[in-house]
Amino acid sequence: MQDRSEPAPTGAVLQVDVWRGDASGGELRRYQVPARENQTVLDVVTHIQREIEPDLAYRFACRVGMCGSCAMVVNGRARWTCRTHVKKVAADGVLELRPLANLPVIRDLATDMAPFFDKWARARGTFQPKDAPDGAVPAEFHVVPPSSPKRQAADAGIECIGCGVCYASCDIVAWNPDYLGPAALNRAWTLVNDVRDGARQPRLDAVKGDAGCHACHSTQSCTERCPKGLDPSGAVAGLKRTLFWNVFGWDR
Amino acid sequence: MRPDPRPRSHPTYLAFLVHRISGLLLALFLPLHFWALSRAISGEAALEGFLRWADQPLVKASETLLVVLLAAHLAGGLRVLALEFLGWRSSQKTMVAASAGVALASGLLFLFHAG
Repeated sequence: MQDRSEPAPTGAVLQVDVWRGDASGGELRRYQVPARENQTVLDVVTHIQREIEPDLAYRFACRVGMCGSCAMVVNGRARWTCRTHVKKVAADGVLELRPLANLPVIRDLATDMAPFFDKWARARGTFQPKDAPDGAVPAEFHVVPPSSPKRQAADAGIECIGCGVCYASCDIVAWNPDYLGPAALNRAWTLVNDVRDGARQPRLDAVKGDAGCHACHSTQSCTERCPKGLDPSGAVAGLKRTLFWNVFGWDR
Repeated sequence: MRPDPRPRSHPTYLAFLVHRISGLLLALFLPLHFWALSRAISGEAALEGFLRWADQPLVKASETLLVVLLAAHLAGGLRVLALEFLGWRSSQKTMVAASAGVALASGLLFLFHAG
């Protein structure tokens, strides 16, 4: 079996520019990292922290694309560093790593995700079960056919793990810091389509307006960049459509 | 700060830019359009003079560009309507290509007709 930690036969070296700094500002600093046959961008960051610069701040947990904590801007694009192979993105052996855009930087490559998740709360991203009299189980809870259109619309966006890649790729968030952003609106759309949820109308009220889905210009960067292949832009469009018909009292 | 094109290099972002820029340019053109119409009120001679001036090749070329802008803006609007009201998601890139095709075809049609 090939030892995957072996340097590439060429003995090549990666030039890695890493943004170092904090909330008050910072700059790119260059590091040399041995190029290997198989390495992810997260491997490179870990190498820098373990071998060169022990005080480099970054965030990761699972390393296999499940937790969504290692997202950074790699050569200009927000990505999961754990699922990005260096050879796919490092043109001419140069990597440029920055913290996620549109979020406050704590230090180096670690951003403060609080504003991102605060917006999930503002969009009422929590499931609120329907109520039934006398503590009975609401009828909608008995059977939710997986093939029903509403459930399929809910399932389409339910796999979001909150990595913030769409949020960092969205120009509307950059232009309007109050904008809820694609992930929170995708979550709201998922719950709007959940027949067991009882907060449909307050949720629709929470996501409309200038800071809500109506701010979206359909650039669709969120859909283009989502590492899970979800379609937050379609979710925002769905919210706009539902709110439009909602004016006439129709549920569509 | 100079905007970084790398996160924005995909077809639907380009469609957004074309829609927005064509809209702004058309908004700038509107006053000129109304001024030209106002020539008709000032009398037949004034309008005729303007129309003769507008027959110059350079003005004709600008008019073709204007038709392309109008068609691009219309097609871009139809794309957004299709996304929002019909929920057409996966075919968005086809929509972008079709919008560009409609815009250019309208321009060519106008150019040949004008010629």
